[in-house]
Amino acid sequence: MTVAAAALDVVGLTRCFGSRMAVRDVGFALERGEKLAIIGPNGAGKTTLLSMLAGVLVPTSGAINRAVERPCGWVPQQQAVYSKLSVAENLRLFARLERLADPDAAVARMLAQTGLEDRAQEQVGRLSGGNQQRVNVAIGLLADPAVLLLDEPTASLDPRQRARLWELISALAGEGRCVLYSTHAVTEAERYADRVLVLGDGEQLFLGTPTELEEVVAGDLAPSAIAPPGPSDGPAGDFETAFVQFLRARGH
Amino acid sequence: MRWLLVKDLQILRRSPLQAGVLVVYPIAIALMIGFALSSPPGRPTVAIYSGIPTSKVIHLGSTRVDVGSLAEQLFTSVRPLREPSPEAAIAQVRDGHALAALIIPDDLTSEIESLVTSGTGTPTVQVVLNGSNPLERQFAEQALQSRIAQAEQALSKLVLKVALGDLQVVLGGGSVNLLNRQIPLLGLQRSRTILGAQIATHPGDAALRRALGQVVNFANLAIDGLTFAGPVLGSIGTPVTVQQTVVAGRSTPTDSYAVAIAAVVSLMFVALLLAAGLLALEGSEHAYPRLVRGLVAPEALLAEKILLASACAAAVTLVMAAIVSSFVSLDWGRFELWVVSIALAGLAFGSLGVALGGLAREVAGASLLAFLCSLPVAFVALVPSTSVSGGVEDVLKVVSFVFPFKAGLDAVSNAFSGTPTGIVLPLLHLVVLTVVYAAGARLALRRFAAA
Ligand SMILES: Nc1ncnc2c1ncn2[C@@H]1O[C@H](COP(=O)(O)OP(=O)(O)O)[C@@H](O)[C@H]1O
Ligand SMILES: [Mg+2]
Repeated sequence: MTVAAAALDVVGLTRCFGSRMAVRDVGFALERGEKLAIIGPNGAGKTTLLSMLAGVLVPTSGAINRAVERPCGWVPQQQAVYSKLSVAENLRLFARLERLADPDAAVARMLAQTGLEDRAQEQVGRLSGGNQQRVNVAIGLLADPAVLLLDEPTASLDPRQRARLWELISALAGEGRCVLYSTHAVTEAERYADRVLVLGDGEQLFLGTPTELEEVVAGDLAPSAIAPPGPSDGPAGDFETAFVQFLRARGH
Repeated sequence: MRWLLVKDLQILRRSPLQAGVLVVYPIAIALMIGFALSSPPGRPTVAIYSGIPTSKVIHLGSTRVDVGSLAEQLFTSVRPLREPSPEAAIAQVRDGHALAALIIPDDLTSEIESLVTSGTGTPTVQVVLNGSNPLERQFAEQALQSRIAQAEQALSKLVLKVALGDLQVVLGGGSVNLLNRQIPLLGLQRSRTILGAQIATHPGDAALRRALGQVVNFANLAIDGLTFAGPVLGSIGTPVTVQQTVVAGRSTPTDSYAVAIAAVVSLMFVALLLAAGLLALEGSEHAYPRLVRGLVAPEALLAEKILLASACAAAVTLVMAAIVSSFVSLDWGRFELWVVSIALAGLAFGSLGVALGGLAREVAGASLLAFLCSLPVAFVALVPSTSVSGGVEDVLKVVSFVFPFKAGLDAVSNAFSGTPTGIVLPLLHLVVLTVVYAAGARLALRRFAAA
């Protein structure tokens, strides 16, 4: 059974806020080591979906099955760190709350992995936004989770910091972890994801590889009477354009 | 929960301004109260009109009464403003120059004379108080009341003394003053002796002897009775002497009540602001969702905040009470009750604090809410219910019941000085409020998670 082999299996996940459906009937299965990018416009339901997977929000309906009964690692969109504590104190606090066998070793490991060793004693509130985000990510990774959830992890980072973070994420996936992340930068989805899940107004519009998404867009355009600007044949020039055209064709 | 406590203490240590204010504020209140109570109490200004000259002396029978000095007794505990007429004295009160007016009418001496000689006079002094400020009114009332009571006692002693003198004359003979005329009286004892002699001179008249014998028997009975009554009346005339002892560092229950107010105000500020701020911080830092994802139960988080806030508040308040106790004598023998009542009141305030913090969800809003909430609640609990009308009184009662201030004040003031109302009920009240507010905070946390 393929479902049982999946590291993460999501079925019919739905969440309503009052009468508003923030996420509607989302379903997918991830293998170990797979990277899934969740993309969609603002308010599409990315944070709501990741929060349900993280166990922060209770789904209105649907099921989440994990191969390993361990909580996912979660890096929330809004940095959840204590600005009055130092980097090391933040990590140590959460390591202890996670009841890790050796909190100090976990702290040292995360400091090394995120390159924050020489900032360990600094108060988080005094760090740059990029470094604060690294602490935020490090806390999510502390418990060495089998599934890692990151909500717009690169939003506050400069290009060099982004590259470093993707390096880290790819390395984690290479060790067999599932990685799910949402992003605004769709080019990051194309470059660093095995598959993309497109959300629009809470609906799952697409699930497949970036190449498949581009093919769908090309298919959308073929029967169209009006020739698109740019190259007259073949798929859209870049992934971002394809993504925007994909959404526009579906009224988003 | 231990690591959360450590974390919050670290955060507090790194917020020296906030932590400092929370410690310095109650200590400053303590010192202020201490100095206010240890400085000599001011004497209220009282406008006085006296219709009798200060040297006026009246004679009641053989007794000489210095009415002027009796009236002067009333002035010793106030700062007197002499006024030429009752109207002028009342005007001083109305204009706010005096807290009260004391009017001694011209007919006071004649009323006293009439009371003593015929038992019908009503010697009256009039006290006019300014009703606009209940606290000041109480102050003036207290200053005058004890003096009036003294004057009353002196007067009643006088009346009894005169009555006893007359009784003596009735028994032993002499003269009494009736309507300014000296009237000689034979006296019961001498009357009996004369009668006895009369009986002896009429041995043959059996009927007369029997009749006179009955009169003598009656006289004997009356003499016995009145001789016995004399000392009894005399003992009433000198009631128990009131021995006044003034101890350095005044120690009236009012003082320890004032200290209890200061203690509960400090306790309230520290516990409320800390609990509200620390819980709201978890929202401001967006840490709450991360914590309740299986790391910490929401109930444990609330308990941690309540415990930390009430422990800090109780510690600061106990230090404050210890400082104040060098100005005002508090009952150190009841120290366990101090701890229990301050701890339970701290828990109730902490619990209210987390409820406010849960509602506000971010630090600045939570602090503001806690501050806005505490002032009126303290104020309302301190308004004497007798000074407001029925409808308002009911509202005040409800507010005092629903917020922990009144119960905390009752418990702490009892702990400090042992008021007769008892401490068990206020303590129970505090426990109930703690539970209710904690439950409210738990509900507020639901919104916290969704944010
Ligand atoms: N706690 C909440 N209460 C009510 N509505 C919410 C709440 N959280 C999100 N929403 C709504 O759900 C929709 C999806 O939000 P979100 O998941 O944050 O979108 P995204 O992360 O893709 O920008 C939005 O319309 C948002 O207004
Ligand atoms: Mg989002």
